[in-house]
Amino acid sequence: MDLGLVAQYTMNGLMLGMMYALVAVGFTLFFGVLDVIKFSHGDVLTVGAFTALASFIGLQSIGLSSDAVELLAMLVAALGAMALLGAFIARAFILPLRSAPALNTLLITLMLGTVLREAVRLFYPDGANPKPFPRLLPADSINIGNFNLRLDNAILLTAGALVIVGLQLLLNRTKLGLAIRAVAQDEETAKTMGVNFNAIVLITFAIGSALAAFAGLMNGLYYNEINFGIGLYLGVVGFSAAIIGGLGSIYGAILGGFLFAGLQTIGAVALPFASAYKDVFAFAVVIALMAWRPTGLIPEKLSERV
Amino acid sequence: MNRFLSLATAFICAGVLGVTGVVSSSHAKEKIKVGFIGPLTGGTSANGLGGRNSADLAVRLRNADAEAKYEYEMVALDDECKPNVGVQQATKLAADKEIIAAATHYCSAVAIATVDVYHKFGLPVIVWGAVLPDITYRNKYAEVHRVNGTMINQNERNAELLSSLGYKTFAVIHDTTDYGKGHNKYFSEALAKHGGKIVGTFGVTSDQQDFSAELTQIKSLNPQTIYFGGLTPIGVRIRGQMDKLGLNNVLFDGTSGIKSDSYIDGLGKLAEGSLSFIEGAPTERLPGGKFFLEKYNDQNYPNPPEAYGGFAFAAMNLILDTIEQVGSDRKKVQATLNKVKDRDSIVGKITFDDHGQNTVALITSFVVQDGKWVVWEDSEYASGKRKLPGQK
Repeated sequence: MDLGLVAQYTMNGLMLGMMYALVAVGFTLFFGVLDVIKFSHGDVLTVGAFTALASFIGLQSIGLSSDAVELLAMLVAALGAMALLGAFIARAFILPLRSAPALNTLLITLMLGTVLREAVRLFYPDGANPKPFPRLLPADSINIGNFNLRLDNAILLTAGALVIVGLQLLLNRTKLGLAIRAVAQDEETAKTMGVNFNAIVLITFAIGSALAAFAGLMNGLYYNEINFGIGLYLGVVGFSAAIIGGLGSIYGAILGGFLFAGLQTIGAVALPFASAYKDVFAFAVVIALMAWRPTGLIPEKLSERV
Repeated sequence: MNRFLSLATAFICAGVLGVTGVVSSSHAKEKIKVGFIGPLTGGTSANGLGGRNSADLAVRLRNADAEAKYEYEMVALDDECKPNVGVQQATKLAADKEIIAAATHYCSAVAIATVDVYHKFGLPVIVWGAVLPDITYRNKYAEVHRVNGTMINQNERNAELLSSLGYKTFAVIHDTTDYGKGHNKYFSEALAKHGGKIVGTFGVTSDQQDFSAELTQIKSLNPQTIYFGGLTPIGVRIRGQMDKLGLNNVLFDGTSGIKSDSYIDGLGKLAEGSLSFIEGAPTERLPGGKFFLEKYNDQNYPNPPEAYGGFAFAAMNLILDTIEQVGSDRKKVQATLNKVKDRDSIVGKITFDDHGQNTVALITSFVVQDGKWVVWEDSEYASGKRKLPGQK
């Protein structure tokens, strides 16, 4: 295989991995602070992508045509709206169920995800059909042999990396981050130290959901097409990535996301049988990894509290 | 007074009966029943009603024809496009020995469920709208025939058209449902006959989002065409992602699965030059379409004939022709239908192969031109004014 192709596959894998990682980080944040799995996470991504699309159409209708301004407005609208939606979900559905068995939270978010997904399908105009997503990034590209490097892909990849670095700085260098980590480590102690537990939980859900909205926007700009089902699959992959990485660990989620994308790419390219089995291959490896490291590749430092 | 009235009534009645008796005996025509089944209610009822009216038109025209040997009555039943209802209705029709033959079914799922019934009861039928190959090809039932084409025919037309345009190397992407696998199978077979070469085949799930790995591999195989056997949603994604990987000089060759406006809506300009193929044709483009539409409009039916009306008309007409020829005997009608060859009809020549499938079925090719699906022959791509991607 020539070098250009290898580069192309690597680029494809990195793009996929970045989206998976952004979704996985959300799962891991939620699990960190509340020990819950929020299965509606993927569908929040869908709603975020559709919010961005709707705000684009809104801006078009008032006659705005600057790509940069539109993109910025879409980013603000999608991230802002999903942050609110995430905080609302935590407030209305997850916090009230704190003392109930974890299965109830799992079930309620699973159903909530279905409601969000179906709402997009039914209430977004003509929502059952795939929707074209605007091309707002410069589409210049350079061909190096078989490698086609596009400027928009490079921008998306860089933006994704910056978001993750930003999140990392937020968690490790700010007071808010300290509070989030404190809650994640020990809720009771954090409370006695004066951390407003409810506020921290809501903020964490807002951050995680805004990350999903970012992934949704990235998905739209990368594929130039969105549909009401994108979140379902990304949710499952993001969840698996968070689990193999080690639920509760940010680095683990990022590692898991890129690992999963790498496995899929290898599954589609290097295996002798048809690409139809790439997901089977990727998930089978995940199962094997789970058997080998039940707490994930990078386990949460204090995974079980008594 | 009362007695007088009743007597008078009886007298008049007797008189009327006597007169009609005389009239009918002087024009003595044996009455023969034929059947029709289609979805007359429910989501696909527009097609069902159009088909029923068209079959009814064939019967009316025949009854108006002084040369016809028999007088026909059509029994129309509703299968609701549901296999379980269809089987009941088929049984009802087939068990009625007065019914000699029938034109049946628009929905593939119903048609495939009922073939056993027709075989068991020995009722010769002609399918007028369903496209699944298995209806005629899974079994070898002498009772079952079909005038419209199948996905086999559309893939033959597809391979033939592309070969004639000079495309030689193909990569195949198909979804892994029976539908996509069927397309892959029949296209590969058809292409082999025309000497085209398939450089790689990729099965994908019908809800896959990312195709960059498959498309990168296809890029390294460097085909002139990507053939896609599947439905619109992933068709849109594949065509969109081809652009991302710089595969714009490769033709996107679809099937009936992407022949919808949402394919064009989802892609915008990128849809230009994509191809699709469907069984049948817009009615006005059928060989006898003009004649058919004139007669159809004369009858003032409340609904239009729809895409497959012409086929329902042709199926019923073929049944009536056959009964005229051999009389009201199911076995003879069936034997004669099995031998139909090069018979003229409004949908073109009809020839049934050993499975009762019309082999010269009509297929219409479409290309996206200026944001619309345009019939290939009418397009600027066919006239040479524009070139398809990768066309030499």
